[in-house]
Amino acid sequence: MIALLNDFLVRATLAGIGLALAAGPLGCFVVWRRMAYFGDATAHAAVLGVALALAFDVSVFAGTSLVALAMALAVSSLASRGHAMDTSLGVLSHAALAIGLVAISFVPAVRVDLSAYLFGDILAVGVGDLAVIWGGALAVCALLAWRWSSLLAATLNADLASSAGIDPKREQLVLTLAMAVVVALAIKVVGALLIAAMLIIPAAAARGISRSPEGMAVSAVALAAISVVGGLQGSLAFDTPAGPSIVAAAAALFALSLVVSQARSRAQ
Amino acid sequence: MSLISVEGVTVGYAGGPALRDLTMRIERGEIVTVIGPNGSGKSTLIKTILGVLTPTKGRVSRERGLSIGYVPQELAIDASLPMTVARFLSLPRRQDTALIVEMLRRVGVPTVADKQLSSLSGGQFQRVLLARALLARPDILILDEPTQGLDQPGVAAFYRLIEEVRQEMGCAILLVSHDLHVVMSATDRVICLNGHICCEGAPDAVMDAPEYRALFGEGTGGALALYQHHHDHDHDHGPEHVH
Repeated sequence: MIALLNDFLVRATLAGIGLALAAGPLGCFVVWRRMAYFGDATAHAAVLGVALALAFDVSVFAGTSLVALAMALAVSSLASRGHAMDTSLGVLSHAALAIGLVAISFVPAVRVDLSAYLFGDILAVGVGDLAVIWGGALAVCALLAWRWSSLLAATLNADLASSAGIDPKREQLVLTLAMAVVVALAIKVVGALLIAAMLIIPAAAARGISRSPEGMAVSAVALAAISVVGGLQGSLAFDTPAGPSIVAAAAALFALSLVVSQARSRAQ
Repeated sequence: MSLISVEGVTVGYAGGPALRDLTMRIERGEIVTVIGPNGSGKSTLIKTILGVLTPTKGRVSRERGLSIGYVPQELAIDASLPMTVARFLSLPRRQDTALIVEMLRRVGVPTVADKQLSSLSGGQFQRVLLARALLARPDILILDEPTQGLDQPGVAAFYRLIEEVRQEMGCAILLVSHDLHVVMSATDRVICLNGHICCEGAPDAVMDAPEYRALFGEGTGGALALYQHHHDHDHDHGPEHVH
């Protein structure tokens, strides 16, 4: 069993499935609450996190999760103050990406493979990375499961949730935290530029085939895991980059789910 | 002690206060209707009472352990969120299935438990929201313009339903409305709001108050009567129309 972990493809698959486990349910909230922008801005900030981690010689996971958390907090505080989000998010998100890329250019080139952080480096996942990814993913799942009912209520309507004694701001903070952790996990798997895709696409594909929020979360995990396996196999067969291949597989599943739900609604 | 007392409350937005130095109380079992033009602070008042907004001055106190049943103005359920009516009624606290079925029957939508929220009509959805509020066994039912998007007979049927459940459950009601067509004949007290309380009292007294006429003009004088006459021309807009 342990010997299996010596195979890079097994490690890569396990890493991807670990990410799928956390990205599935979190991605559902991203879709339900229409916070796709939020995932993008947080993920872009992670590039700056990588630069800082390398500069100060701390672990990349710590660096990305801290900077992602700072960005996620900034974004949700802007949102709660009712700023015109579109522009300020565009500024924040792209500024973070650009400043991150500039900062990385100061790190000696031998130490950093930029494309690994932008597009992921899932085939180079080690056993240590695997432990971090699964630990983080399980923590995110536990957090979301613990707050599930309150999160759902706050997602449906903030005022209704308040009248039932739930603090929508606290639930937003839970999602913010989860987002920062998932971004830090995902940067190795699909890279900073495609993290939001792993959140949104499997969840969107799951919508057409689900009748309950829990069903949609479970389906999103399953679809994300299938995308990981399919994308990795495709990447091996056609010699394509792994991270983008996973996202392309997810997109193909999404297209398929559209066909399925169309056919279903016609059958009814 | 009053169920809810609002004392000297000022609530401000960036553009200036939406409510200024407002004081009001709601007693057990009382029906209070708040009317006022758009932008008069009605929703701000509700949100302050619910605790969503914090007053910049003054205080809101609720009776200890007060249970509030809240029916929001409109609830836009994102179509991306799959959820059945039964599941919705069980959020955030799980409710007994038999109780859910009974409550849906009581509000006149007995067949929707397994339907998706996004497939309900406007009238069905308002009734589901009412069922949800009633499941909280409320001491007070707070309704924020609950009939937006319903047609006239639908509105009449909805308010008739609210009067019925109130008589059964004995809860207080705080109702917000922007027009007089929906002021219930059973209202104990009308509060006329425009950033502050312009006038308040029994429906007839408020109708005659000069402050009220300044706000709504003379032309709407017959509106209350119009509403009171709805019973003699009754289309049943209950749920049995639903397919």
